[in-house]
Amino acid sequence: MAIDIGAAEVSYLEHRGVHRGIASWVLSTDHKRIGILYLTSLLSFFAVGVLIGILMRLELIAPGETLVSARVYNSMFTLHGMIMIFLFIIPGIPAAFGNFFLPILIGAKDVAFPRLNLLSWWVYVAGATLAVLSLFSGGGAPDTGWTFYAPYSLRTGTNVTLAVFAAFVLGFSSILTGINFVTTIHRLRAPGMSWFRLPLFVWSLYATAWVQVLATPILALTLMLVMLERIVGLGLFDAARGGDPLLYQHLFWIYSHPAVYIMILPAMGVVSEIIPTFSRQKIFGYKAIAFSSLAIAFVGYLVWGHHMYTSGMSDTARWVFSLLTFLVAVPSGIKVFNWVATLYKGAIDLAPPLLYTLSFIFLFMIGGFTGLISGALATNLHIHDTAFVVGHFHYVMFGGTGFMLFAALLYWFPKMFGRMVPARPMWLAWLLMFIGFNALYFPMLILGWMGMPRRYYDYLPRFQPLNVVSTAGSWVLALGLAVFFVTLWRARRHGEIAPANPWGGSTLEWQIASPPPVENFERIPVIERGPYEYGEIPPVE
Amino acid sequence: MTALGTYVKVWLALIALTGLTVTAAGLHLGSLSVLAAILIASVKSSLVLSFFMNLRSEERVFKVMLGVAMATMAVIMLLTFVDVWYR
Ligand code: HEM
Repeated sequence: MAIDIGAAEVSYLEHRGVHRGIASWVLSTDHKRIGILYLTSLLSFFAVGVLIGILMRLELIAPGETLVSARVYNSMFTLHGMIMIFLFIIPGIPAAFGNFFLPILIGAKDVAFPRLNLLSWWVYVAGATLAVLSLFSGGGAPDTGWTFYAPYSLRTGTNVTLAVFAAFVLGFSSILTGINFVTTIHRLRAPGMSWFRLPLFVWSLYATAWVQVLATPILALTLMLVMLERIVGLGLFDAARGGDPLLYQHLFWIYSHPAVYIMILPAMGVVSEIIPTFSRQKIFGYKAIAFSSLAIAFVGYLVWGHHMYTSGMSDTARWVFSLLTFLVAVPSGIKVFNWVATLYKGAIDLAPPLLYTLSFIFLFMIGGFTGLISGALATNLHIHDTAFVVGHFHYVMFGGTGFMLFAALLYWFPKMFGRMVPARPMWLAWLLMFIGFNALYFPMLILGWMGMPRRYYDYLPRFQPLNVVSTAGSWVLALGLAVFFVTLWRARRHGEIAPANPWGGSTLEWQIASPPPVENFERIPVIERGPYEYGEIPPVE
Repeated sequence: MTALGTYVKVWLALIALTGLTVTAAGLHLGSLSVLAAILIASVKSSLVLSFFMNLRSEERVFKVMLGVAMATMAVIMLLTFVDVWYR
């Protein structure tokens, strides 16, 4: 059954709008162009973050001062964390791929508020600019860690005020995107696109958007209070002024824990798109996956205290949060089981997008299990603030969301740019990244277990061998990343011309031309089936 | 349309409740003072939402959305107090 979408018009890449050159991008309200704007900006920041990460690893190749001083190292992990969290992974998949594909996947011509969408990108750029300015103004680059814990963040001479303001501004960008997506999904679904015919990526964006809208204001207010305390000496968080530093930690993690679900949920959504396409099977447990996204989004609000076990919080709170933390594992487990069940007896095609997706499942499981170790009160006391935690969250954020962002790029690149990505170099890139990644972070898990604390430029000599392995891993990983992105860059111009549906996908984006026409659909389609009905799709030539 | 008189009455009620907040803060209710402040503030915001923002006559989906937001916030506060009360 073909879906009637009318004749194809000129693609969004060739379309001549009112503006020319760069202005046709930075002033465009086309959701697809905005998606690409976000993609380029956040990948640029990712490159900077990776560079700082590699330099940090270089410092850690030997005990003592190797490359940089303690002060500089402190600023480096702060900057690395801020870039990776606020500029890369939080906007990440929703802002880049959500913007590009959400309207197409629900059969709409654009998001509900196209101008607001463009504004959100500009606000993001403004926030990023402020963050860069904070490095070179006032007392210089902040050295508090990306968490800005009080009271140190209130007292350090570095320019925390501006950095915090940057995060504040970036939060608004996130809120605007969230509002836009919730409205779009409620209001702009094509006729016949009922809630249970939505592709699962849309469900995950929906859950994410709600977290963005409800949680981000809490961070904004908290950071505002830090600014006020630094500027006018308010005395909310500094015990010396009668404040409560634990209050800061609560408020910070009330946002920042749900924020880790802003990072991971969209990645899980992409998994649920790629697995059916490459195993040519209807997804197993559609409703279970859809509702588990909502469940993760909700339960995600109840567990922030597991970041604070050693902070001096009440004992009651400690066991309550530990108990609640175990709950999050349930919906995450539901998803993993359903993905594996979808693969079972499927006609599996191990093309690069699926390969990267399967490594996501593997790495995310390590991230998840080490998460249980960190989330259980008793074991947390042992590994709190050690390299174990650094290993754990890189497995989740980088091995999880990062790898899925790469998989999404490989999966949707032909649609976005109208060119195929050659598979061979991507296999090589995968091999390098996978080996490099595990060599980089698995030793950190062991080192942390042995007692090496995080956020130090120095360590005891007995920790050196594993640190050398870890640093060598960072080079292999960097090489893999280079192969990956150079291949993509070349494919953009020189790749084979992509057909409309290179993977034989069944969702709506594959029913329109590659790259998509300006308005996506000449005629709004009428939807008569679920998203993953492979029996009815003609096979790919 | 809500009559002008209603708006004025709601406004007066809001002012009265602000007065109540200030009075309650002066009573030194101990750990209950936060609860009192939150309760009064909730009444005030419900008034603003239902009258000034006309949520009363809106579609159900908006009410549900607001309910979800409120419930989330209530749970967050409750969990924070699991620490504060037992510390
Ligand atoms: C080649 C890539 C990367 C390398 C080599 C790297 C390396 C590191 C190192 C060495 C630390 C500091 C450990 C310490 O002394 O405490 C660190 C911290 C951190 N990394 Fe990465 N990382 C990389 C990629 C990423 C990615 C992709 C993300 C997120 C998506 C990320 C997020 C963070 C965060 C949030 C911190 C904590 C900063 C803080 O303590 O305030 N990193 N990373």
